[in-house]
Amino acid sequence: MNYVVEVCNLGMKYHSLNGEIDALKNINFSVSEGEFISIVGPSGCGKSTLLSLIAGLIVPTSGEVFVEGKPVTETSEKVGYMLQKDHLFEWRTIYQNVILGPEIRRTLTADTKEYALKLLDTYGLLEFKDKYPSQLSGGMRQRAALIRTLVARPEILLLDEAFSALDYQTRLAVTEDIYSIIKKENKTAILVTHDISEGISMADRVIVLTKRPATIKKIHEISLSCEKRTPMCSREAAEFREYFNKIWKELDVYV
Amino acid sequence: MSNKNSPNISPQHAEYLRKVKRRKRTILVTQITLLALFFALWEIAARIGVVDPFISSQPSRIIDTISNLYSDGNLFNHIAITCVETILGFVLGTLIGILVAIILWCSEFLEKVMEPYLVVLNSLPKIALGPIFIVWIGAGSLAIVVIAMTISVVVTILEVLNGFLGVDNDKIKLVKTFGANRIQILTKVVLPASLPIMVNALKVSVGLSWVGVVVGEFLVSKAGLGYLIVYGGQVFQLDLVMASVIILSVAAFLMYKMVALIEKLVVKRN
Ligand SMILES: Nc1ncnc2c1ncn2[C@@H]1O[C@H](COP(=O)(O)OP(=O)(O)O)[C@@H](O)[C@H]1O
Ligand SMILES: [Mg+2]
Repeated sequence: MNYVVEVCNLGMKYHSLNGEIDALKNINFSVSEGEFISIVGPSGCGKSTLLSLIAGLIVPTSGEVFVEGKPVTETSEKVGYMLQKDHLFEWRTIYQNVILGPEIRRTLTADTKEYALKLLDTYGLLEFKDKYPSQLSGGMRQRAALIRTLVARPEILLLDEAFSALDYQTRLAVTEDIYSIIKKENKTAILVTHDISEGISMADRVIVLTKRPATIKKIHEISLSCEKRTPMCSREAAEFREYFNKIWKELDVYV
Repeated sequence: MSNKNSPNISPQHAEYLRKVKRRKRTILVTQITLLALFFALWEIAARIGVVDPFISSQPSRIIDTISNLYSDGNLFNHIAITCVETILGFVLGTLIGILVAIILWCSEFLEKVMEPYLVVLNSLPKIALGPIFIVWIGAGSLAIVVIAMTISVVVTILEVLNGFLGVDNDKIKLVKTFGANRIQILTKVVLPASLPIMVNALKVSVGLSWVGVVVGEFLVSKAGLGYLIVYGGQVFQLDLVMASVIILSVAAFLMYKMVALIEKLVVKRN
């Protein structure tokens, strides 16, 4: 079996005048094509650090990351990153926002432009393409942000608490929306979250991290007895509670 | 989204819009009345001898003075000199300020090195450098422009650099995930995100530039509204002083409005 992402003995230490911060330690896991992985862990344990390492934004202190078999040394178009907020640029129209990736990589061809328009069309944003982000609802903005990531044609999507800036109702709807798009585009995804329910509802596997320095505490294969594996249906599956309780205990949250 | 231009607005909304309009008009009328009243009282007070027109001047004499200046053919000359010096002062100050801010943003080392110097320059009253510039450059418009520019450039550097550094780190992270280099981070994120701050710096510079130019003209004493003011003061012609001050106020007001208009055009998206 070929893995899309392989994380081998990954470790990361930050240095500051206050001392050394051990963020990640000895992380190992692999992700197959089309898989949806959720990573849950307490705030500040090193989840964003892990994604930054996979994206090639920072260099690990030890270990290695492979994307499609090649060691990661810098950012690549194979990896798409979605941040907590949509970060659409207010001074650009939706269309101009969506083509930001290829524009920066200087791969903005007629073909790419057409692909961007096609994605906007498929996901119901074509009529808003000349509007500015402030004219869109929170859900539409998040969708535009996902399209911006997809236009660069990544193999893997990294989602860093991508929905946590939204209010609860919107968040459920957006989760549903984004999940279906990711599945439809057949992308491999790694979602980082501190929300256990959100993690379980979308994932094929949930990786539980310990407090800092983050190590892998447990990896759960999620199999739920529901007809369609959408986040909403998943939440209603009988096994959902069990997974939730197990992971909750593993996270070891003290108030 | 907005139905500003839709023809079918409800009567209640039409009523609301009328009210807003009426209120706006009332405010304008009151403002004009207040100004007219001020000048009328000033004129009356001077005529009946409550104040001495020799030291307080009076509106009718101010108008005479302005029309004399006009028929001498000097009025617009003085106004133009002062305005051009001011515009050059703040435009150059803003441009150079932004340029320096960009350089300092590009090199954190340079920024740290320059920090104490900028702090000192910022707290120093730049007017104090006026005589030095005049000695170096010569008593003329160029020295005045340099004085005006020096005043606005330091504030611009600090304000704009602060704006650059305040740009959301996640926005920068986002373009980095697309492989952006330092120049692209600057042009795609930092500059457009800081546009409102740069325009605001321009607005501050306009005010400072007027100060620089008027003081510069005091020192150089050759031409311009500042020169008329200082000359009028020296020969005890308060009519000339007051006339120049009033023209100066109008010019400064118009220029501020112009910059505000530019701001509106540029910043409507942010
Ligand atoms: N650039 C950095 N320099 C120093 N410390 C950092 C840096 N980035 C993150 N950290 C520290 O590393 C730890 C993990 O951060 P992060 O990966 O953002 O956690 P999470 O995303 O799980 O909340 C935190 O304690 C944070 O303070
Ligand atoms: Mg984080």
